[in-house]
Amino acid sequence: MAELIVEEKGKKGGKRRPKKHSTRIDMTPMVDLMCLLITFFMLTTAFSKPKVMVITMPEKDKKEDPKNAPKISAERTLNILLTGNDVVYYYMGMADPKKPPLPTLVKTDFSKDGIRKILLIKNRDLFTRIAEYRDQRITGKLVVADTTADNEIKKMKKEDKKGPIVLIKADSKAKYKDIVNIIDEMAICNIASYAIVDLSPVELEMIKNAPK
Amino acid sequence: MPKIKAPVRTPHIDMTPMVDLFSVLLIFLLLTASFRPSEVKPIEAPTSVSEKQAPDNDIMTILISKDSLIFFNIDNGKDTSTHFRSKLLQKMGEQYKITFTPAELNRFGKMAAFGMPIKDVKSWINASESKDRDLLQIGVPTDSTDNQLAWWVRLARLTNPGAEVALKADAETPYMTVKKVMDLLQENKVNKFNLVTNLMKEEVTLKDLPPKQ
Repeated sequence: MAELIVEEKGKKGGKRRPKKHSTRIDMTPMVDLMCLLITFFMLTTAFSKPKVMVITMPEKDKKEDPKNAPKISAERTLNILLTGNDVVYYYMGMADPKKPPLPTLVKTDFSKDGIRKILLIKNRDLFTRIAEYRDQRITGKLVVADTTADNEIKKMKKEDKKGPIVLIKADSKAKYKDIVNIIDEMAICNIASYAIVDLSPVELEMIKNAPK
Repeated sequence: MPKIKAPVRTPHIDMTPMVDLFSVLLIFLLLTASFRPSEVKPIEAPTSVSEKQAPDNDIMTILISKDSLIFFNIDNGKDTSTHFRSKLLQKMGEQYKITFTPAELNRFGKMAAFGMPIKDVKSWINASESKDRDLLQIGVPTDSTDNQLAWWVRLARLTNPGAEVALKADAETPYMTVKKVMDLLQENKVNKFNLVTNLMKEEVTLKDLPPKQ
C-alpha cells in the first residue's frame, strides 16, 4: 500500500536509466489531520446534546370542586412575583382584599443572597435533610443506587410538612428566563411544592405600589 | 575477525494500519454524528442546573424565538420507517384541504423545523434555494380564529402518541408568549413539558445555608 511502482519504459538504447526507487508517500500530515478531526468529532458529539428541565403542570380542564381544592395554609405560602428586569417581589401569606391590611411586598433579585437566601431559610428543615442524605452518599457512608436515592429524596419532599408552598406568578413584563430561573431555584433549594399560577388583580395593584 | 556489520537502516514505521484504523473511526464518527440541526432563528436557551438529557427521538419541539415567532418540529421516530413527519403533513393537508404529492411528503420527512402558515408549506418544501426557504419562515399562526399550531400539535399527538413535548424558547422571550403556548398545549392534554436549557452547574451545600437567627 501507498507505494507506487513506477514502471520503467524501455528507452532507446537504454543509455540513461534513472535510478529505480519506490515513491513512498509520507503519510504523517494525513495522520495528523485525521487525529485532529477525530478528536473534534468525539468532543462535539458528546457535548451537543441539549439538557431539559421537566415540569408537570396540573390538568386544566378538570373541574375542581372548591371544597376539594387543595388546602394551603396561609402561613406556609410564599408568593413570588416576577416582573422582569431581574426584580423579584415576594410576600408571605395571602393577599385578600376583604381582609386588610394587605401584605407588603419585599423586593429582591435572582442573586445568591436574593431569593435563594429566602427560600433556603424557609426550607431549612427539608433542605438540611436532603443535603445530609446527599453528603452521606458522596462520602461513601451510604451506598445506594441512583434510583433509590432519587426515590428517597422524592419521599422526603412528599412527607415534608414544614417547608414553604411557593406560588410563582409572572406579570406581562416577565421574560421566559425569569420563569426558568425561578423553577431552577426551586430545584436548587429542594422546594417540595411549587406551582405556576396567574396573578390576581390585587397583586397587580400591589406590584404597582411596590417599592421601586 | 571482521565484524559483521548490520546494514544501517532508517527505522521506518509502517503507518498504513494506523491510517486504516483512523479512516474507519473517522468515517464512523462522520456518519453517526448528529449535527445540530440548522436552526431557523438563533435561539439562546436559558441556563439551568438540570442534567437530564433530552430524548433523542419521539419528541416534538416547539421553538419560540426572541421576537415571539413560533416554529414546530417533530422527528420521524426511532424507527425511521414510521415516517411520522410525512404522515403528519398528510393529515394536516387533509385538515386544510391541501394535497401534497408523495414526493413532497417524502421531502418534508427529511426536513427540519418549520414555521409558516400551512398554505406556504408547499412552496417551502419546493423552494430550491435556502434563502427563499428562510424567507418563508414567518412563524406558525396561533390566532384564535385559525390556530394552526393547535392543529399541528393535535395531529402530531395522533400521529405519534408516544411523542413528548419539548419547549425551546429564547431566554428573552416574553413569558406571555410562552404561557400562551403552554396553555395551548394543556388544552391538548399535554401536561408535561421538557424545557430545553443549557447546563450551568451551581451547587448549594449545607455551608451556604444562612445561620439561624
